[in-house]
Amino acid sequence: MCWSVPGKILDIDNNTARVEVSGVIKKVALDLISEPSVGEYVLVHAGYAIQKIDREKARFTIDFFRGKFSHD
Amino acid sequence: MKGPVPPGTNTVNNMENITIAHGSGGKATDQLIRDIFFKYFKNNILDEAGDSAVCDLTGGKIAFTTDSFVVKPVFFPGGDIGKLSICGTVNDIAVTGAIPRYISCGFIIEEGFPVSDLREIVKSMAFWAEKSGVMVVTGDTKVVEKGEADEIFINTSGVGTFPDTGRVLRKRNISRGDKVIISGTIGDHGLAVLSQRKGFEFERSICSDCAPLNGMIASVLEGVDDVSFMRDPTRGGLATTLNEITGPGLGVLLDEVKIPVAREVKSASELLGLDPLYIANEGKILVIVPPGSERRTLDIMRRSEYGENSETIGEITGDDAGKVCIRTRLGVTRIIDMLMTEQLPRIC
Amino acid sequence: MIEYVDEYRDEEICMDLSGKIRAVSRRRFNIMEVCGGHTMSIRKNGIQKLIGENINLMSGPGCPVCVTSINDIDRIIALARVKGNVICTFGDLFYVPGTDSSLADEKARGGDIRMVYSAHDVLDFAGEEPEKKFIFVSIGFETTAPTSAASVIEAGKRETDNFYLLPLNKTMPAALREMVRRKDSNIDALICPGHVSTITGTGIYRPIVEDFKVSCCISGFEPVDLLSTIYLLADLHEKEEVSLINNYKRAVREDGNGKALHILYEVFEPSDTVWRGIGNIPGSGLGIRDKYARFDAVKMFDIDVPVSVEDPDCICGEILTGVKKPSDCALFGTACTPVNPRGACMVSSEGTCSAWYKYGE
Repeated sequence: MCWSVPGKILDIDNNTARVEVSGVIKKVALDLISEPSVGEYVLVHAGYAIQKIDREKARFTIDFFRGKFSHD
Repeated sequence: MKGPVPPGTNTVNNMENITIAHGSGGKATDQLIRDIFFKYFKNNILDEAGDSAVCDLTGGKIAFTTDSFVVKPVFFPGGDIGKLSICGTVNDIAVTGAIPRYISCGFIIEEGFPVSDLREIVKSMAFWAEKSGVMVVTGDTKVVEKGEADEIFINTSGVGTFPDTGRVLRKRNISRGDKVIISGTIGDHGLAVLSQRKGFEFERSICSDCAPLNGMIASVLEGVDDVSFMRDPTRGGLATTLNEITGPGLGVLLDEVKIPVAREVKSASELLGLDPLYIANEGKILVIVPPGSERRTLDIMRRSEYGENSETIGEITGDDAGKVCIRTRLGVTRIIDMLMTEQLPRIC
Repeated sequence: MIEYVDEYRDEEICMDLSGKIRAVSRRRFNIMEVCGGHTMSIRKNGIQKLIGENINLMSGPGCPVCVTSINDIDRIIALARVKGNVICTFGDLFYVPGTDSSLADEKARGGDIRMVYSAHDVLDFAGEEPEKKFIFVSIGFETTAPTSAASVIEAGKRETDNFYLLPLNKTMPAALREMVRRKDSNIDALICPGHVSTITGTGIYRPIVEDFKVSCCISGFEPVDLLSTIYLLADLHEKEEVSLINNYKRAVREDGNGKALHILYEVFEPSDTVWRGIGNIPGSGLGIRDKYARFDAVKMFDIDVPVSVEDPDCICGEILTGVKKPSDCALFGTACTPVNPRGACMVSSEGTCSAWYKYGE
């Protein structure tokens, strides 16, 4: 359910952003996001950005798995 | 293929659009045929303008195929309906081991279709026919009233001959242990077409991989004498085509990590919730060879036009049920069924 | 490499997690994976084969297409049959069978049915073809409902008078509660929907943890997400502890997406709705508020919906609630296949039966 993919905001024009998902750029509506900024990563769902990706938390999670679970 | 055209060439009989008269067999039809079809498909067989084309063929078997093309939109990144109609038929002949020789084309055109578009399509067909080394030797045109066809439909049939030393490639030649090779990245064509639909557009277009593969196929058959089988994975994608060639006692095991997918196709598929395994290709072939010939086949394909990204993606197994399976990057093996209904972009 | 996706498919991490899960889970343990997206990811990656014999994964009702009632499907079809109406839908609904037809069948009969990627596109269509009435079939949970709400607000701004929404959205908390509360429920833990949670936040699951002593873990959709979630739940189970865990922190904040929630409830309000296979769950639907009634396809179109008839042999309801598996169904794979589906679970790209059929058990 709720198929969403993270993409990077390239630029913003009023309520729309150009969002890039690894080489593919799509126009995405920003109605549901507060204070979006260029360079931020957002989850794209059904043509809308629905949430910002917390890059700190993402980095922490992967490092955690690599550290804790790979080298016991 | 679209570009500037000399003034006055966007009309036939001073009409900018195709009319019923153009299909009725009279003067208007004659003018259309000369102005467009004969002009670009120039060859001595066609110029005879007989009711049938009379062609020289060597004795023995021929390969004979037909296909109809209804793609929408008619022009898409990387190609058009005309290019598709030539390459599709050329490839269908070539994968049997035959050399494509002659093509027929039948057009069903909706009243009102722009003459300029028809001209572009026919020019494209002529270009790709020449590149493939085939001749368009006969054809037919019908025009139907507005609303009774969607712009333009094209049918091409084709005939090919076998070289003296040539084998006919048949499914029954496939053996357990054979390697399965794909000539390049999957999913490009289907996404190129889908991405023209409103709401599914991407900024930098994904291009169709539509291409004539008879050159590469001939090189492989010249250099490898025990190729088991070939097929082009068109509608329904790689997964569906593989399901079509398996049967009791012969299955396929694919290695997910080895399957080449272009970066943009991967991203676009993720965005739309599609699986590249099920997306149509129009410029790729599956080549199935005994393990001893794998290396040589790959070398030849990678040196060929349109084959530089060739990869071995799996092998033929002795699976009783004839299933197509894939070993995922996590090492788990699961089944891949054929496409059941049209793969639709999903949100869920 | 798709950032924030591919690293969560790392084979090494997955194999380590898989080993940890098998090592920690000593007792039989039932986990309901609620969300259809999780079902698909689990089956596609073969995760059910990596977690050992003791963990039983049950599918839940988190497939919005699967839980759309047959009466609602019949309503969509009735709307499709009105000349001048254009039905716009996500692809998932196309082949779902109603009592005697589907949208694919109606398209073949000449109905104007269009597949869209976004509710936003429907607004553009409506602007381009003012003589037609565009009805967007709004399905989905809390992830998708805000996008529908945003399109209604935009329609208001554009003063579009030929755009309508058919409100079929549902919300998760009441349904999850219903799953866990049932007498025949043997759910030990829940994998909670990741993208619903990006909107709602984590608090909606707390009552389930506290009232029913069922652990809830919010998960992302990639193999690392799901395997780590299963590990966390298995570990809790072995320790006989119960907890609410957010295991999708890169996308889910504790308080969710306030702006999206505000927009959602500006346009929608809770309503009663029937979940296919479950029945009516009060307050689990979303109806359009009076303020936006002019966009409500239920209020603006007076149509007769014939009495809907469920297929008596279809057990989708029991499959959606985790009571039975597709292999328990007499129709599975024989009379009911993706080409000839008898129920929504087989048609929907995220339906349990569809996943089992496509990817094997």
